[in-house]
Amino acid sequence: MSAFLDRETIRTEAELQAFVDSIPYASFIGVGVRKVGGELTCVLPFKEDNVGNPMLPALHGGVLSALLETAAILQITHEVDSEHLTKPVNVNIDYLRSAKPVETFARAYITKQGRRVANVRAEAWQDDRNRPVAALHGHFLLAPRKNSDG
Amino acid sequence: MTTKSDPAPLKDLLGDENKHLLVDGVPHAKALGLKLISMTRANATVLLPYDARLIGNPETGVIHGGAVTSLLDNVSGLAVFAAMEELTSIATLDLRIDYMRAATPGADVTAHAHCYKVTRTIAFVRGTAFEKNENDPIATCTGAFMLGSNAGRKPGANTTGQGALGEAGGDK
Repeated sequence: MSAFLDRETIRTEAELQAFVDSIPYASFIGVGVRKVGGELTCVLPFKEDNVGNPMLPALHGGVLSALLETAAILQITHEVDSEHLTKPVNVNIDYLRSAKPVETFARAYITKQGRRVANVRAEAWQDDRNRPVAALHGHFLLAPRKNSDG
Repeated sequence: MTTKSDPAPLKDLLGDENKHLLVDGVPHAKALGLKLISMTRANATVLLPYDARLIGNPETGVIHGGAVTSLLDNVSGLAVFAAMEELTSIATLDLRIDYMRAATPGADVTAHAHCYKVTRTIAFVRGTAFEKNENDPIATCTGAFMLGSNAGRKPGANTTGQGALGEAGGDK
């Protein structure tokens, strides 16, 4: 197992941030991590490169889905002891509101963890937690340790 | 004056030499380095050149699912534009991505999308991401897009707070 996936070394906010920073595309769009009260929140500061509709302007749908997917991967990595980085099997993204050119947050929840697959939900919001701009649900492949019977 | 192989209104609004603006005019598409390969009626093909910044798994060099999603979202939107009779703004309503296999590290990814139905308010799209052969997909998608998503919203609406009450959308 690679060092960056050792659960014991990715507990603090700084370690979680280092994990996300090691994923080039996540740092390309600018994903940050906060750990408050034991809960992980991904934070995406606004940047021009993430715009999809320059007229409004609004964030690109692909950026929102990448943020949600990163939140899901981070949550799985944080909660599940796994040999390799989890891989998405499928994701469904609902775009609920136009995402304004401001800071965007995302949080993921593991709905059900099986031996080989996890079912995950995630939501992204901006200035109001109760008014999500996008939501994800999807399945992610877990990599059980070789000595397990998964 | 359009033929079956031409994207209906875009041919008139944007000459062949200006079609690249459909990608370069979208900041995130430009940041990803997307290149428009072709647009025919209700179809679009876009190339995502491999770049180390797009990696999702540093252990393997495989590009991030989110980058493939951005590509599929973009090409799907272009397929909608290519299917319209009258040019209007669009926003992604939902998108489902199935990841069939890891993208080959170092290889460019191509995506093709087909808009197979347009109603007055919604367009329906299917798309595939692949390297060389569309029959060996990395990922497939199905999506629905709102048409006229900017209607009633002025340019800059999202910077004044007015747009917050607007419609759904991962806009483009």
